Amino acid sequence: MEHELSPLLETVVIICIVGISISIFILLYRVLKGPTNPDRAVALDTIGINLMALAGLLAIFLVTTQFNDVILLIGILLFIGTIAIAKFLEKGVIIDRDHN
Amino acid sequence: MRTNDLIFRTTTSLIAFILLGFSFYLLLAGHNAPGGGFIGGLMTAAAILLMYMAYGFEAIRKIIPVNFKMVIPTGLFIAVLTGIGSFVFDQPFLSQTYGHFHLPILGDVELATAMIFDLGVYLTVVGVTLTIMLTIANDS
Repeated sequence: MEHELSPLLETVVIICIVGISISIFILLYRVLKGPTNPDRAVALDTIGINLMALAGLLAIFLVTTQFNDVILLIGILLFIGTIAIAKFLEKGVIIDRDHN
Repeated sequence: MRTNDLIFRTTTSLIAFILLGFSFYLLLAGHNAPGGGFIGGLMTAAAILLMYMAYGFEAIRKIIPVNFKMVIPTGLFIAVLTGIGSFVFDQPFLSQTYGHFHLPILGDVELATAMIFDLGVYLTVVGVTLTIMLTIANDS
């Protein structure tokens, strides 16, 4: 069960982690600075997608398959969270009460 | 004001099934992999919440005619019952056991009584989460 990561793959994964970290920092600037709320919502959504990539890279780096559920989980929670934010910005209410 | 949510509703009808399947997988996989009753219950609550967001309160209350406040005591009752069940076999409270069974399609599977306790946790988490969400959403 003990697998070693080859030096080439290790270097590539570290470079990718650094790249995605830079991407998250740039997106964080958009979250803090963004002129309108939809800008912030889109930036938070993209940060979540970068977190999925980060979890996948971490799973490669640690040579484990236990993170695969986490990646799917982040995706699902991100989708629901973004839908809730979008619906709040659009209609002001998240669950319609007297509809249909 | 009625707005057209065609894309959102079509996507929801597809994704809610995937979410419910994933939550069921997490509930069953909790013994040997990450997962279990808690996160499975949260995922089921997320799927039902997604349907509530897409179709509104009244429509889903007709589709899922379950009072989520009553799901909480049901889950707690199941969890306590697995603890009391160990008294029948002259064992300490909350003892657990497992056995290998031969099922028609699945073949040889290992069934543990901890699964029933997990089911109780699952129902409790679903009930608590949806009660909180719908209570907050329902105040006027």
